[in-house]
Amino acid sequence: MTQLTRSESVAPPGTDRQPVIEMRDISITFGAVTALDQVSVRLFPGEVHALMGENGAGKSTLIKALTGVYSVDAGTVLVDGEQHEFHSPAASQAAGISTVYQEVNLVPNLTVAENMMLGREPRRFGAINVRAMNRSARRTLLELGLDIDPGSVLEEHPIAVQQLVAIARAVDVQAKVLILDEPTSSLDADEVEKLFTVMRHLRDEGVAIVFVSHFLDQVYEIADRMTILRNGRMVEERMVAETSRLELVRLMIGRELETLDRLDRAPRTEAETGAPVLTAVGLGRKNTLQATDLELFEGEVVGVAGLLGSGRTELARLLFGADHADTGEVAVRSEKRRLRSPRHAIDRKIAFSSENRKSEGVVGDLTVADNMLLALQASRGWLRPLPQATRTRLVQEYMAALDIRPADPTALMRNLSGGNQQKVLLARWLITQPEILILDEPTRGIDIGAKAQIQAKVAELAEKGMAVVFISAELEEVLRLSDRLVVMRDRRKIDERPNDDVSVRDVLEIIAGEARAEGETDA
Amino acid sequence: MSAVTVPPSTWDRVRGYAPPPRYLPIVATFALFLGLYGLGGIRYEGLSDPQVLLSLLLDNAFLIVLAVGMTFVILTGGIDLSVGSVVALSTMIAARTLQMGWSPYLAIAAVLVTGTLLGLLMGVLVHYFDIQPFIATLAGLFLARGLTYLISVESISITDTTFTSLAFKTVYIGEYYLRWTAIVALLTVAVAAFVLARTRFGRTVYAIGGNESSAMLMGLRVAATKVGVYVISGFCASLAGLLFSLYILSGNSLHAVGMELDAIAAVVIGGTLLTGGRGYVLGSLLGVLVLGMIKTLISFDGTLSSYWMRIITGLLLLAFVIVQRFATRRQR
Amino acid sequence: MPESATLVRRALQHPLVWPVLALAVLVLVNVLAKPTFLNVRMQDGHLYGNVIDILRNSAPIMLVALGMTLVIATRGIDLSVGAIAAIAAAIACTRIVGAGDEGALVTAVAATTYALVVCLLLGAWNGFLVSVLGIQPIIATLILMVAGRGISMAITDGQITTVNNPWFSDLASGFVLTLPLAFLIAAGMMLLAAALTRRTALGMLIEAVGINPEASRLAGVRSRTIIWTVYAFSGLCAGLAGLVIAANTNSVNANSLGLWIELDAILAVVIGGTSLMGGRFSLAGTFVGALFIATLARTIPNIGIPSEVNYLFKAIVVIAVCLLQSPKARAMLRPHRRAAAPRPTTAKAGTPA
Repeated sequence: MTQLTRSESVAPPGTDRQPVIEMRDISITFGAVTALDQVSVRLFPGEVHALMGENGAGKSTLIKALTGVYSVDAGTVLVDGEQHEFHSPAASQAAGISTVYQEVNLVPNLTVAENMMLGREPRRFGAINVRAMNRSARRTLLELGLDIDPGSVLEEHPIAVQQLVAIARAVDVQAKVLILDEPTSSLDADEVEKLFTVMRHLRDEGVAIVFVSHFLDQVYEIADRMTILRNGRMVEERMVAETSRLELVRLMIGRELETLDRLDRAPRTEAETGAPVLTAVGLGRKNTLQATDLELFEGEVVGVAGLLGSGRTELARLLFGADHADTGEVAVRSEKRRLRSPRHAIDRKIAFSSENRKSEGVVGDLTVADNMLLALQASRGWLRPLPQATRTRLVQEYMAALDIRPADPTALMRNLSGGNQQKVLLARWLITQPEILILDEPTRGIDIGAKAQIQAKVAELAEKGMAVVFISAELEEVLRLSDRLVVMRDRRKIDERPNDDVSVRDVLEIIAGEARAEGETDA
Repeated sequence: MSAVTVPPSTWDRVRGYAPPPRYLPIVATFALFLGLYGLGGIRYEGLSDPQVLLSLLLDNAFLIVLAVGMTFVILTGGIDLSVGSVVALSTMIAARTLQMGWSPYLAIAAVLVTGTLLGLLMGVLVHYFDIQPFIATLAGLFLARGLTYLISVESISITDTTFTSLAFKTVYIGEYYLRWTAIVALLTVAVAAFVLARTRFGRTVYAIGGNESSAMLMGLRVAATKVGVYVISGFCASLAGLLFSLYILSGNSLHAVGMELDAIAAVVIGGTLLTGGRGYVLGSLLGVLVLGMIKTLISFDGTLSSYWMRIITGLLLLAFVIVQRFATRRQR
Repeated sequence: MPESATLVRRALQHPLVWPVLALAVLVLVNVLAKPTFLNVRMQDGHLYGNVIDILRNSAPIMLVALGMTLVIATRGIDLSVGAIAAIAAAIACTRIVGAGDEGALVTAVAATTYALVVCLLLGAWNGFLVSVLGIQPIIATLILMVAGRGISMAITDGQITTVNNPWFSDLASGFVLTLPLAFLIAAGMMLLAAALTRRTALGMLIEAVGINPEASRLAGVRSRTIIWTVYAFSGLCAGLAGLVIAANTNSVNANSLGLWIELDAILAVVIGGTSLMGGRFSLAGTFVGALFIATLARTIPNIGIPSEVNYLFKAIVVIAVCLLQSPKARAMLRPHRRAAAPRPTTAKAGTPA
């Protein structure tokens, strides 16, 4: 183990203190994929430390390495200067690390109080003292401004409340280190404010807090220092106050901006449009999306921007019939229909690539060829298998067109890298020759090369007359590709405009401006 | 972490009592039991005798204990197919060791240790080797049945005086009586109910059934608990085997064939979800009593053949599974 | 990588290697115990010998395991096959006994057809519970497993029904082209299923549904129809197996016919290399697995072990096979750098992301 002194590292001003946690040169690999490559992070007592990076940059992996969920392949973890190895979450918790994970990691079938106290319930004569447990849970919940019955079952509460309960559990253990991975994604402004109050209070008591959030505003409001990750590598350690937002975004996205610049698209003129290919009227679903109208035209890329949970994915799923719409209709070429299932949508020449590549796209144990032909074969039905010659031709053609590697049709899908899997999924849909292509986060967590190739392909498809809906958390990508822009927030469409030199700042302002206005009326 | 102090809340809202939805399955099973009893009481004269209810307990004592162990396993989302065979093995071990002249207490200990070890083996296979509970306990089913045959293919009757006196020892409640086996069964239910509701182990059982990966991330002792439920089920199965050998006073390798299905059925009818995380041993007790009551009704009727028992059990299972399916769907 | 691998290594990676090897070892044990074990003689135009007996006895398990393989490939399981077999036998036997001409060919054909149609419907019922109501397969089929034997007894009125129809007996004891008819039926069904799944796209779609149901749904696969079909097919296979068993003894005992055959069948599927987690399936593997179990049953008396130990043997085989298939056990056997990192368990279905 080589000791590495980082001359460029920044310590909080006035601290020559020992970090409570120091992770040195941590590497983690999953099979052939390197998730973390020599990442180093330091946490000092009494600071809020933001972990920044795009999706797939390695934030969650780093957190799970610290909490003992993943074992570390190389590198050391020091707690108060002493080397530790965490083989289980229990071991990490025993060392004073308390965590709220991105997904609500609680047990839905137990009560709120139990979820907060599981594993350290107050006991009397060996039996759990339910009354004392509920009382103490209630006290902590009230600190977070949550007035709910601690004896109620967790799953009866909305997801935001469950998230707060998870935070309450983490806060309640009096840990040295508190890790909050995307704790605010389902909280409203008031709840976030309460959370921040508690966080500041804990920080002042000397707790080190790791904070991960997609919301830059929140990071700038609460965090003192930050570590920026990109593609599994550490980019820089920075003081928040000394880093502009633009700089931060540049650090997070890195060279990819340059790659994007090379993307060249002929400007579209209004005359080309004609009648819409798809018209959605009042499309909505309870607790998911408020009634939304949308029109798609031939040869057009519609970019959908919005934060996590803004309704962008939900809109895509309703357009495709992946979820049932409660209200509204989708008309494809003026044939009005409520899409009941993905099959319906596929028959009407709609294709949809989900944001969850692994759980909703990849069929890991089938070959690349089978994965590519799955949608076409499904629409033909099992009795009409594709002739071998056609299979070979289609597979070869699209492997070449999308530069899928390895170019081996018999390779198992699960052995491909994320970028190549994404290309196979894109091929799966292109083979069905759709007229409308909905892509939800098609470039998330894949390497730069594959990303650029996919973006170029999208532009090319639109050029040839396909209507494309392009959803991505990366605003730059959305802006660069799309002809028209739809901005989502709070489960509804809040803005729609042609993409004439719209800047990232403009979009952020559309999203944030509304947020601020609403925050004021609430207060 | 107590700067933000909040006075303890006063419970100012007094609400009308309604059973929380999680108790509804038990209420339903209890209502079903009462309904069956009431129906029987109207149709058949002898049924209204309270002794019928007590007989229900002592005739099904072994099944109650079996269902208790099964409840633990099912609450974690697992299943234990081996319990019927373990019951047979237990009767055989008891009968054979007594025949060989062992002290009855030593025989009892041998039975309980064997069952517990078998449970431990299956728990280790399930947790540490990631073998599906279904397959691991299927191996346990064959193993226990095989050991039974290995001991003897013939039926061995139990003549030990300690055993026979235990078997017929009765407790009188007024003019009605109960055997010790029934009391052991009820005690098992009480202990299990306490463990599940009031110990960390018990709550971890529910947590694993609710979401195993969450339970792991919460730092709970998932491994020990998961192995533990199979150990408990193995122990309960051997205890049930002892009660069964007291009931039938013989060891036989053909005993208790398919009894695991009765136990699973009782647990499901008692309102425990086979997906894990929801259910109570009290429900399982009621499930056994419902099955026992149906058996009693069929025997009181006299014109119905015994195979109706299976068909009715199947229909009850169907009804409960479908109702549960829609109940859980609505929650989501 | 595949280019550099030697022929032996590539052969060892073939999924069929382990089941075939296990079967070969078992046969070898038998030959060592009794050198005449493999002898086959011709008599009256039929072949006789241990091997032929094994082929004939493997038919019921092979049939049940065939349907089970497809069910398991969709991430399901069918516990009701034993009960369905008992129902099929009960229907066929009571129909034959009740017919005007008990010994006629027409009687046998009508009775078996009727029984098989009922089994197809029972299988479809399982499929309905699983695919339409969304009930876990293990629970959905448990219902018929419990009730089925009762139904079978209701049909035979709890009696052991004996039939006297030479055509029906031929199902088990007949010979065609020197081979036992029962084996030919089972092998024929195997080939039919293989053709249906591998010559059409059915196999690929079944595997897709088993590996990733949600991805398949979004790709437009009619998973409901596919699941429904495999359960119905499993019911049909179980029924056929029940008829073969009944024909073997010319009688039906609703209590014991096909008892635990579901467990043997699942075992055959697992030995054959199809994972209980669903996905890729191997009908050839199941074929070998069924032969393995039939050979195992024959081995025990052949090498002089009392038949009581059969179950013990089976238990050991189940555990050994499962341990060989378990990645965790393999990791423990292999020299390793570190404990395998726990894969993040995906959140339970229904948990909002």
